Amino acid sequence: MAVAVSILPSQQLDALNDAYRRAVSRRRLRLALSAMVFLGVLLVAAVGAEVNLTTLFTYFGNFVSYFDRIFTLDDGHRVWTNIPEWFWGFKKWIKLLGETLLISYVGTLAGMLVAFCLNFLAAENTSPAPWVRFTVRRLLEFARTVPGIVFALIFVIAFGLGPVAGVLAIALHSSGALGKLFSEVVENADMKPVEGVRATGASWLSCMRFAVLPQVIAGFSSYTLLRFEINVREASVMGFVGAGGIGQELVVAIRKFYYSDVSAILVMIVVTVFLIDIGTGWLRGRLFGAEART
Amino acid sequence: MSFQETPDQAQLRERYPHIFNRPMSARLATPVVLLLAVAVFIFGLVDLDFSPSRILAGLSQLGWIARLMLPPDPGSSLPIYLKALGETLSIAVLGTTLAACTAFPVSLLAARNVIPSAIFRFPVRRLFDTIRGVDTLIWALVWINVVGLGPFAGVLAIAVSDFGALGKLFSEAMESADRKQVEGVRAAGGNALHEIRFGLLPQVLPVIAGQVLYFIESNTRSATIIGIVGAGGIGLQLAEQIRVLEWQKVSFLILMILVAVAAIDWISNRLRFAIIGRRAVA
Repeated sequence: MAVAVSILPSQQLDALNDAYRRAVSRRRLRLALSAMVFLGVLLVAAVGAEVNLTTLFTYFGNFVSYFDRIFTLDDGHRVWTNIPEWFWGFKKWIKLLGETLLISYVGTLAGMLVAFCLNFLAAENTSPAPWVRFTVRRLLEFARTVPGIVFALIFVIAFGLGPVAGVLAIALHSSGALGKLFSEVVENADMKPVEGVRATGASWLSCMRFAVLPQVIAGFSSYTLLRFEINVREASVMGFVGAGGIGQELVVAIRKFYYSDVSAILVMIVVTVFLIDIGTGWLRGRLFGAEART
Repeated sequence: MSFQETPDQAQLRERYPHIFNRPMSARLATPVVLLLAVAVFIFGLVDLDFSPSRILAGLSQLGWIARLMLPPDPGSSLPIYLKALGETLSIAVLGTTLAACTAFPVSLLAARNVIPSAIFRFPVRRLFDTIRGVDTLIWALVWINVVGLGPFAGVLAIAVSDFGALGKLFSEAMESADRKQVEGVRAAGGNALHEIRFGLLPQVLPVIAGQVLYFIESNTRSATIIGIVGAGGIGLQLAEQIRVLEWQKVSFLILMILVAVAAIDWISNRLRFAIIGRRAVA
C-alpha cells in the first residue's frame, strides 16, 4: 500500500519549525530553571542534614550485614533452622502485641467518639455558629498536626508510664485526623433531608440524627477502619517512649543488640500489620461494597 | 381540604413486608456488633489499667503542665532551635527525594502494564508491603546502628520507609495510565524503553510529582518525631526539653513545628497546583 506523505514547502516549514522551537525553548528554560532551583534546595538540605557520603559508603556494608546478623541465632545458625529458639519469648511478645492492638482499638474508638461529637460543629453546612466552627476547627487542626508520639511523651509524664498514655495520645491524634475527614463527609451530604426534618419543627440535634447521620455513617465507619490500620502501626512504636505495647521490647532489643530478638519481633509486627490490613479491607468490602475497598 | 386518612397498620404490613418482617438475624446484627465493640472497649479500658482516679490525677497534672507552658519562651536557645528546624526540613526534603529516585525504577517492575509476567511483580510488591509495615521510627533505630546518631540516619530512615510507600503508589499510578499512548509508540516502531519514556512517563509524571510533594509535606511531620530516638532534627530538642521538664521551651518548640508544617503545607499546595492544575487536585 502506497502512502503519500505530503511535505510542506520549505518556506512554510521553516516558519512552523521556528514557532515550534520558540515554544519548546521557553518551556525547556523553565524546566531547567526549576530543576536548578530544586538541586540548589537539595544541596542546602544535604549540608543541613550533615549528609556524609563517605560514612554511607564505609558503613553501608553494616546495613546489609545488620540484616544478616538479625537473622542469625547466637549459635551461628540461621534463625529459621531453629524456630523455638528464635521465638523463645513468643508468649511474652504475643501478649504485648495483644496490648498493642488493644491500645490502638481503644484509642481509635475513643478518638472516633470525640471526632463524632465535634465534626458536626466543624462542618460548614451544619455548624450552629461561625465562631463555634472556627474554634473547633483550630482545635482539631492542633490535635492533628502534633504527632501522636509527642502527645505520648507529655502524657507519660502526666499519667505515668504505661498504656494509658499511649491510648490517650492515639485518641487525641485520631480525633484531630478523623474530625477533619468526618466534617468533609458531612459537608458533602445532601441538605434536602435536613430541610425536610427542620420543616417538622425538629431541633438541631434531631436534624443531625435523622437527616445527616444516615447519609454519613458509611463514610464515617470506612474512615474509622482506615484510621485503625494506621493506629496499629503507630501503637507499635508507642513503647519507644514508654507508652505501652510491643515497642518497649523492640527498642530494648535494638539498643542492646539482641539481634535475633529484633527480627522475631519485627516479623511479628509485620505479620500483624498485614493481617489487620487484610481484615479491615475485607470488612470495608463487606460493609460498603467493592468500590469502597481501595 | 381533607387530611389523608392514616392507613391501617395491618394494611401497611401487608404492603411492605420487607420493612416490617425483616428476618431476626438482620435485625439483631447491628445491636450485636455494637455490643461486641463496646464490650471490647470496656475490656480494653480495664486491661490497660484505666481507672477514674488515675485519669483525674493525670488530668490535673496535665492542667498544671499546661499552665507551666505559658507563655512559650525559647530562653536563650532560639538559634539552636532554628538550626534544628532547618535540619528537620532538610531531612524531609532529602529523604523524600532519595526515596522517589530509588522507588521509581523499582516500581516499573511492579506495574502490570510494564512487565506483564508476575515473576518480578509479586516479590517486588511484597517487598514494598514489608517495608511499609515497619514504622519510620524503627528504621531510624536501625540506621542509627549503621551510620551513628544524627540527622543522616533520619534521612536514610525516611528514604527507606517511603521507598515502600512511594513504590506502591507509583506502580498503581502506572497501572491506571492509558494504554493507547503506549500502543501508539509501539506502532511507530518504538522499543520497550521508548514506550516507557514517550508513552507512559508523560502520563504518570504529574501524578508522581504530586505524590512526592504530598510526601514531603507529610514527612515534615515524620521528621519532627524521628529525633525522639536520636536521628536529628527538632524532635531531639523536643524530647530533651520534655525530659528535663522545661515546659515553656516545649510549648515554644511545638509552636515552631506547627508554624513550619503550616508553611510547608502552603508551599507544597501552591507547587502542586502549578504542576498538575487546580482541578486535578480537588
